[in-house]
Amino acid sequence: MSGKLRRFPGGLHLDGHKTESTQCAVQRARLPRRLILPLHQHIGAEAKSVVMAGERVLKGQMIARAEGYVSAPVHAPSSGTVVEIGDRPVPHPSGLSAPCIVIETDGTEQWCERHPVQDYITQDPSHLRNLIREAGIVGLGGAGFPSFIKLNPLGKTVDTLILNAAECEPYITCDDMLMRERAAEIIHGIQIMRHALHAAHCIIGIEDNKPEARAALVRALQELHIDGIQVTQVPTRYPAGGEKQLIHVLTGKEVPSNGLPVHIGIVCHNVATAAAIYRAVQHGEPLISRYVTVTGSGVPEPRNLEVLFGTPMAELLEQCGADPASVERLVMGGPMMGFGVHMPGVPVVKTTNCLLADRHLPAAPAAMPCIRCGACAEACPANLLPQQLYWHAHAGEFDKAQNYNLFDCIECGCCAAVCPSHIPLVQYYRYAKGEIWTREREKQKADVARERHEFRLARLAQDKAEREARHAQKKAELAGKTAPHETTSH
Amino acid sequence: MQTSSSPHLHSAAPVSSVMLRVIYALIPGVIAYIGVFGWGVAVNVVFASIVALASEAVTLAVRGRPIKPFLFDGSALVTAFLLALSLPPFAPWWITLIGTAFAIVVAKQLYGGLGFNPFNPAMAGYVVLLISFPREMTQWLAPETVSGHALSFVEAARVIFNGALPPGLTLDAVSAATPLDTLKTRLHLGETVETARRASPVFGSLGGLGWEWINGLFLLGGLWMIYKKIITWHIPLALLGGLFVMSLVFHLYNSGAYVAPVFHLFSGAAMLGAFFIATDPVSACTTPRGKLYYGAGVGILTYIIRTWGGYPDGIAFSVLLMNMAVPLIDHYTQPRVFGHKD
Repeated sequence: MSGKLRRFPGGLHLDGHKTESTQCAVQRARLPRRLILPLHQHIGAEAKSVVMAGERVLKGQMIARAEGYVSAPVHAPSSGTVVEIGDRPVPHPSGLSAPCIVIETDGTEQWCERHPVQDYITQDPSHLRNLIREAGIVGLGGAGFPSFIKLNPLGKTVDTLILNAAECEPYITCDDMLMRERAAEIIHGIQIMRHALHAAHCIIGIEDNKPEARAALVRALQELHIDGIQVTQVPTRYPAGGEKQLIHVLTGKEVPSNGLPVHIGIVCHNVATAAAIYRAVQHGEPLISRYVTVTGSGVPEPRNLEVLFGTPMAELLEQCGADPASVERLVMGGPMMGFGVHMPGVPVVKTTNCLLADRHLPAAPAAMPCIRCGACAEACPANLLPQQLYWHAHAGEFDKAQNYNLFDCIECGCCAAVCPSHIPLVQYYRYAKGEIWTREREKQKADVARERHEFRLARLAQDKAEREARHAQKKAELAGKTAPHETTSH
Repeated sequence: MQTSSSPHLHSAAPVSSVMLRVIYALIPGVIAYIGVFGWGVAVNVVFASIVALASEAVTLAVRGRPIKPFLFDGSALVTAFLLALSLPPFAPWWITLIGTAFAIVVAKQLYGGLGFNPFNPAMAGYVVLLISFPREMTQWLAPETVSGHALSFVEAARVIFNGALPPGLTLDAVSAATPLDTLKTRLHLGETVETARRASPVFGSLGGLGWEWINGLFLLGGLWMIYKKIITWHIPLALLGGLFVMSLVFHLYNSGAYVAPVFHLFSGAAMLGAFFIATDPVSACTTPRGKLYYGAGVGILTYIIRTWGGYPDGIAFSVLLMNMAVPLIDHYTQPRVFGHKD
């Protein structure tokens, strides 16, 4: 598996801004008085609450269960009392509110009963997947896809398990710090993943701007005497941590458009997910906290914190010396793909890897017309023609945008970052995708309605035909009966 | 709180600074141009710039578009420079006025302004002038070293605006056909390349006398633009490559009737065209492969027009012809999208 690294198309060299938040060890965030837990913190169906207001809950207790296959349960991050179940502002680009469970913490941190599995190697992979599902573990790299699904090879042979430790976006360092401080937990988690997937090879892909983290991983592998896991440095170039890009760099394989990595024998997980799986399997602890980078020009003491889910972002800012009221923009995630939250009171969720708080922002430059310079096409890691996509999205010609492979866009933001006309290109692509989805849904609905209507017409026609046939038959019968009668009567 | 959509980082220099850098890159060539043909070049550049900005402002106002951002985006200045540098150094003022106004008002603004013009505005303006006023447009100066007369800025301005040469000077004394024109005429009269180049003083060792310097410095400015990533290498390389290959093939076939490739590369508007005119992003191809076809097309057409056409140089027509082919080329040269099979 070792060999030459490939180069994905496009990409950008960005200022890392990572040293700011890696100067001190990770601290625990202060336990907040109230934890606000959205039922929807992952990709898939919203979890369903299984607690009532007023109920006492223990740390690690499941408070909402997964609903359907693609879903994840939610657990109480600390002990306390459920005080409210209702709509609260959540971190979402829309700024809308969504159902949340609010827990008033009691400060005792009393755990529920845990069921650690020490000898996972003897366990059936499906049992482990179930355990990981019940622990509410989702991809911690940012997307939040339920992890147990990606640990199911679905009858395919998984040749290579790739651990994404690239952390390519500027400012974010939570995975870096996790690797430095908990390398052994990550390695154990990877072993569980390898067991579940029967993966022949395993590569940890890490950008070459994290030498300390890499050294920690290598040291842990030596100390634990584990073979078969290769730590490979990849050149620092955004978006090297994109799943498709990292797979290409490490293996030279391209994930087919509309396909999944497993279709080419590869499964990719984030390193933080591996650590969470270790805690879930070997300690019986569900996913209730994560490392979060708190950084940006508005944060006097940037650092990483270990944060319980549900902690309001404002409290983390305060703990890092920032005044939430003076923050002009608070981005959840990195500067390239993160989104601005509407208020600092929204809670940290499973997919919150970074809080980027800024003050004194320069005014955004006004968008100018596209001059077709092609800088966007050079920067695009998917080899798309962003200027054409923009052109058609702008004109509402969504079918043409689709012909230019709109849905291969990963929304990494490279095109917009290099656009000399400062056009919010990614925003246009999101809009076009949304419109296409809406139309497809409407078309489906219309098709169903049309089918129903046609069926009804057919049924009515058939009824009519049957009625007429019956009528004619009756008439004929009547004629048959009456005619002889008539002849006899006269 | 601000909730603009991602990305929240912008590393790009704005359009105005891109355009400004194009102008910086032009300056060495412009200095050489002035050095060879005198201050008339500078007068044309200044006057064209004024006309371009005024036309831009007026049309923007009429169209009800915001004036400030578009007037100062630098694109009108670039058009003015490119057009002025294509004009004869003593072209009367109204030539510059008509050409520049046409370029900005018709070729650019009537199509929708910055970013929407299918044709290179400067070349559209130039071709309108060339077709409408062939006499004025082909009356070139001899290099000052050949004519022995150097006019001051004021004297040059007087020629351009009043048509008045300094006392004792006749137009015949200072004007001469361009090297490309001279060569074409003499070849037409049955001379060989060798005898033509020996007989006329307008030829230099590489290309036209003085034109070698102008082209050399435009080449230098162009390379700087590639280094600064203002343009990519595709169009200049393909254009010069097309011109080179065509002229090499014919030169090898008959060196008496077809001049050497290096003459083509260092004469007329070859370098200006390759690095500054054909690379206008708005009217050129945008796909990497398309840029190669586009550039090669301009180079090949330029050779054809220079060699067999009715005009001595062919950059302007070639660029406009290839502009028409841009949508087609772009359509058939889309790059392979990541994750798609060939």
